[in-house]
Amino acid sequence: MTTLTRGPEAVRLPAPAPAARRRGRWVTITLFLLPALVLFLLLVVAPMLVAVYSSAFKWNGFGGLPTDFIGLDNFTRLFGSEIFAQDLWHLLVLVVLSICLQLPFSLALAMLLNQRIRGRALYRVVFFAPYVLSEVITGVLFSLILAPDAGMANQLLSVFGIESEWLANPDTVMPSLFIVMTWKYFGFHMMIYLAGRQNIPNELIEAAQIDGATGWKTFRHVTLPLLGPTIRISIFLSVIYTIQLFDLVWILTGGGPSHSSETMAVTMMEWGFKRTQVGYASAISVVMFVLSLVFALIYQRFVMRRDLEGASTSMGGRR
Amino acid sequence: MRRSVVLIAAPMLITGLLAGCGGGGESASPQGEGGSPGKVTLEWWHLSTSEPLKTLWAQRAKEFMAKNPNVTIKATVLENDAYKAKLTTITQSGKAPDIFATWGGGVLQQQIEAGLVKDLSGDVADVLPNFTPAALSAYQFDGKTYGLPTDIGLVGFWYNKKHFEKAGISEPPATWSAFLEDVTKLKAAGITPIALAGKEKWPGHYYWAYLAMRIAGLDALKQAATDHDFTKPDFVAAGQQVKALADLQPFQKGFLGAGYGTPDGQAATMGNGKAAMELMGQWAPATQESAGKGLGDDLGFFPFPAVEGGKGSIGDAFGGGGGLAVGTDAPKEAVDFVKYMTEMENHAKAVEAGGVLPVLKGEESAVKDANLKQVATLLAETTGYQLYLDQAYPPAVGQQVNDSVAELIGGTKTPEEVSQDITEVAKSEE
Repeated sequence: MTTLTRGPEAVRLPAPAPAARRRGRWVTITLFLLPALVLFLLLVVAPMLVAVYSSAFKWNGFGGLPTDFIGLDNFTRLFGSEIFAQDLWHLLVLVVLSICLQLPFSLALAMLLNQRIRGRALYRVVFFAPYVLSEVITGVLFSLILAPDAGMANQLLSVFGIESEWLANPDTVMPSLFIVMTWKYFGFHMMIYLAGRQNIPNELIEAAQIDGATGWKTFRHVTLPLLGPTIRISIFLSVIYTIQLFDLVWILTGGGPSHSSETMAVTMMEWGFKRTQVGYASAISVVMFVLSLVFALIYQRFVMRRDLEGASTSMGGRR
Repeated sequence: MRRSVVLIAAPMLITGLLAGCGGGGESASPQGEGGSPGKVTLEWWHLSTSEPLKTLWAQRAKEFMAKNPNVTIKATVLENDAYKAKLTTITQSGKAPDIFATWGGGVLQQQIEAGLVKDLSGDVADVLPNFTPAALSAYQFDGKTYGLPTDIGLVGFWYNKKHFEKAGISEPPATWSAFLEDVTKLKAAGITPIALAGKEKWPGHYYWAYLAMRIAGLDALKQAATDHDFTKPDFVAAGQQVKALADLQPFQKGFLGAGYGTPDGQAATMGNGKAAMELMGQWAPATQESAGKGLGDDLGFFPFPAVEGGKGSIGDAFGGGGGLAVGTDAPKEAVDFVKYMTEMENHAKAVEAGGVLPVLKGEESAVKDANLKQVATLLAETTGYQLYLDQAYPPAVGQQVNDSVAELIGGTKTPEEVSQDITEVAKSEE
């Protein structure tokens, strides 16, 4: 999604040059861009157009292109679907939880690991490690840990007299899923924040301290504002990821019990590949795409405006 | 055929049975002057990942290659879900493997309609009478045959005799009300009555399907496939009985998150003696042993009970098997291999090993295991046969049945809503 909206950045021209030279440059640029452009059109744009096209058909995916045109029926059906409404609700829940819990937690850890503490390099590696695992491995791992009967989580927690059905109960499945998501991604966001924090000149912090700012005040009025761009990009990545969330859910719960952890991508997979109503599944993918695109555009236009000066979203960034 | 048209003689010698009509439908003229058979590679996809079939099938392929030196069989063996996913992907791209495992029914029919599956009617006409009708039914549409069966079975209750004894149940229940009573008795004795894999939805759909068969009857299920109406009172009644069972809370703890073959799944729960019964197909004992300890002689089998006042009989069986279909563009040898696999002599080896059940007439004697013998006998005496609903109906409808029954058992939907939901999806397939 981001590549889409940021592409033109690379083609920005320097100050006006003589017409002939400029034409020469264009030829060069076009030639260099051509292979990438062809691949991009073929592998990204073309499938998107095919998806949009097939979303207007009733189609089981077999043989050539679809023929049974039904207009917007797939979309009407989708927006009337209880499951899709639930998918959107789950998206909202996960986004809110991520922004309110996961990201602040990562930020706190990043601040902590920015201090001079013994073995901080080790901590950084350990906290980042889950991010390196593939989603599928994470899923399998946690479906073993969270197994209701013999799972490690319940065995350990039974010492404290706590027991949960985790993924096996519609009421606890979303929090459980969020725990797994957090386990996998907090290290990633922590790393981003850490990098952002290290870009803040120490002079600023020192100056604040000389002015008498205490730890919290320094953080609130110096570090946090200067981390703004980093936080905004981390929220952006987190939301886009959540819109497309699939692998973890598919492995952990398959969207169950009774759709209580289903996401849009899971619903799409169900209809496209298990139920062979590819037209309907395409409609879901189109909605996912539009949702991501609209979010990306609005967010970049209004929230990340200053961070991305010159990107296409601020009208080509003419200056 | 395109790849080698020469091979008419060789397979005839080998498969014997084939002789009469081997080249009947296809005009096979030897190519080149020498008439030496051209090299052929057959792509064979199947999903027999567990023993004894894994080894047996590989042996058959080897033997076939030894007898047909020009043929190379390349087998792709995948686990159930992966197999379905991969086959769906490749068929949607407009291709099919030369030989592939199929369950027949609605899925195969879709592939046939897309022109991906070879009509074998002419090629196999000579061997058709050897098969039992129940085994063949899933692969025949409009009088044409698109595959040959390698396995057939039925779903029924597998139970732990010790647990039944402990709960004071002397005989397996023959009626649904007796069944519900026994569930209560087992619970009272502190035993989990039923193991169920709630995460995988197909095991749950057996309950609804069997109840629909017993209450509404086989014809009603067949009719629903054409009129797309699942809201008839009998179907709702089937849903109500599923709910009546679920309301007794008969399933193991955390069953909504349990898989089937996983280390803490349905089969393991049953195999480790932690539940009294499971409703499952003929492969249940094998999976109980591989996922758990297995019950040995304590394992018993009884058919799904009759429902009082229902239109179906206790002799109607629900299940499915497995068969082999051939891709449209597959060379002639693919058909020969399918026939080779299902010859009495070759197939009986798999039956003897306990990997599959008889699909050929008179093969019953090869069944060794006492429980499987009971299944084989029931199969031979069936009054009617219904293929798994998620295979018999188009995939969208089958999956919706699975989904809806899961919601019914999970308590999020009422029997009426379930009937409505299934009907809605069925209508969308019109």
